[in-house]
Amino acid sequence: MTDADIIVVGAGPAGSCAAIAAARSGKRVVLIERGPFPGSKNMYGGVIYPRILDELIPQWFETAPIQRWVIRRSTMVLSDTGALNIDYRSNAWGQAPYNGATAYRPDFDNWLAQQAVAAGADLICSTTVTGLLRDDQGRVCGVSTDRPDGDLTASVVIACDGVNSFLAKQAGLYPNANADNYTLGVKETLSLSKHIIDERFGVRDNQGVDIEILGGTSGVNGGGFIYTNLDTIAVGVVLKLSKLSAQKKRPEDIIAELKRHPAIAPLVEGGEVVEYSAHLIPEAGLEMMPKMVADGLLIAGDAAALCLAAGIWLEGVNFAMASGMYAGQSASAAIDASNVSAASLKSYTNRLNETFVLQDHKKLRKIPHLVLSDRVQHRYPAFVTGVVERMFRVDNPTPKPGVRRIVREERKKAGIKLSELVRDALTGLKGFG
Amino acid sequence: MTIWPDISFQDRIDTSEFRIHERAHITVNDDSCRGCTTRECVVACPANLFVPTSDGGILFNYENCYECGTCYLVCNKEGAITWTYPEGGFGIVFHRT
Repeated sequence: MTDADIIVVGAGPAGSCAAIAAARSGKRVVLIERGPFPGSKNMYGGVIYPRILDELIPQWFETAPIQRWVIRRSTMVLSDTGALNIDYRSNAWGQAPYNGATAYRPDFDNWLAQQAVAAGADLICSTTVTGLLRDDQGRVCGVSTDRPDGDLTASVVIACDGVNSFLAKQAGLYPNANADNYTLGVKETLSLSKHIIDERFGVRDNQGVDIEILGGTSGVNGGGFIYTNLDTIAVGVVLKLSKLSAQKKRPEDIIAELKRHPAIAPLVEGGEVVEYSAHLIPEAGLEMMPKMVADGLLIAGDAAALCLAAGIWLEGVNFAMASGMYAGQSASAAIDASNVSAASLKSYTNRLNETFVLQDHKKLRKIPHLVLSDRVQHRYPAFVTGVVERMFRVDNPTPKPGVRRIVREERKKAGIKLSELVRDALTGLKGFG
Repeated sequence: MTIWPDISFQDRIDTSEFRIHERAHITVNDDSCRGCTTRECVVACPANLFVPTSDGGILFNYENCYECGTCYLVCNKEGAITWTYPEGGFGIVFHRT
């Protein structure tokens, strides 16, 4: 007999949801976490969209350790001295059924893992999985760990071991793990009083703000973000790995420069750095996704590159929770059918294909690379802020120029060819439309 | 104009909790690094753990590693960086992230 029916590697959002789903199906589940507690290795860039939890944890919002509910969502385009800010506010997002939330990932992930424990999963922390075990047919049948006599056997292993997923790589499922497909996220958590945060960001009680920023990353392709916790704010940047090393800029210097920008400085001023953090992001979406199924093995969450980095939509925790849940359900169904072959476990990818998890990624497949292209990164922000600056500048006694003329002149000034603009607009329309 | 005191790199790193194990979970191959002219790791590592030495090598400190994976992904020298996770329970521990 195996040590468990299902071993889940990694107690992040994907792993804990896999464990909850599998335990609810009556399976013996072992959830293994290498950190001293779930979430201790995890950070992120701002917002959790938890409504996918409705299925596994009804009324999740009553117990989840949320910092603030995001009721203001801004997209900011920075030029050297100016900023165009598109800011949407909905106070309804601060009430059930809610939309986005900010949280400290160590708190949130730990809470989610405790839901798995409550569902009957065994959680083992401070244990690093070092490899996959295979039977004489080459099928995955368990994991090795760094504990003495630490091998554990199971019918199915669900690898939710994060963006570096050495298990998916060891299984040969990851052909596209190269630097072009990843970004580095670095973040400062800044201490500010709740009162100052409320005043500065125009919110009350547990209302929160998420600002996503294009430009302001010192010429390194990427983006920035600021979001509010209860009595801290987070400011960070996401940087394309291949550009970062080519441009000889240090990540913390890029944050410092963003914080000095005239549109950002008043928001972060006086905030003392109370924690610094760094993490990789699987940025390229569908272009980099591994095979997610093998005999006895499923891959979910960041390990499967299920992170949506599509400019105006930046999501990951929800994709992790959903893919983990479907992996737990498919693994359980395969065990019930006494067939854990790749063919039987394929119900997992079928489920991903039927739901937002892969449908969003397919629709937006060209967007991650477009967002990180030199045009969107460097020339379009100059173009857009240039147009808006001239539209609102009153040059009396000179009469107002027509908008079409401004657009034409600013486009040329930013060095954008009309053909490029049309092509990118079509790609954008196809993805976002 | 500085509107708040800049934080030194060491103070920045000191805001993170590292539970340090005696075993280095990342090692660099000095021979490969000696021949490397691009040294992507030196710039990109968020913890600034790769330090060029005066004799052309690379000195690596594993203690303050965020375990992000940037170094082995940007490194273009096969086998120069051997990367594993630290022992269970050790390494970076995040709190308000």
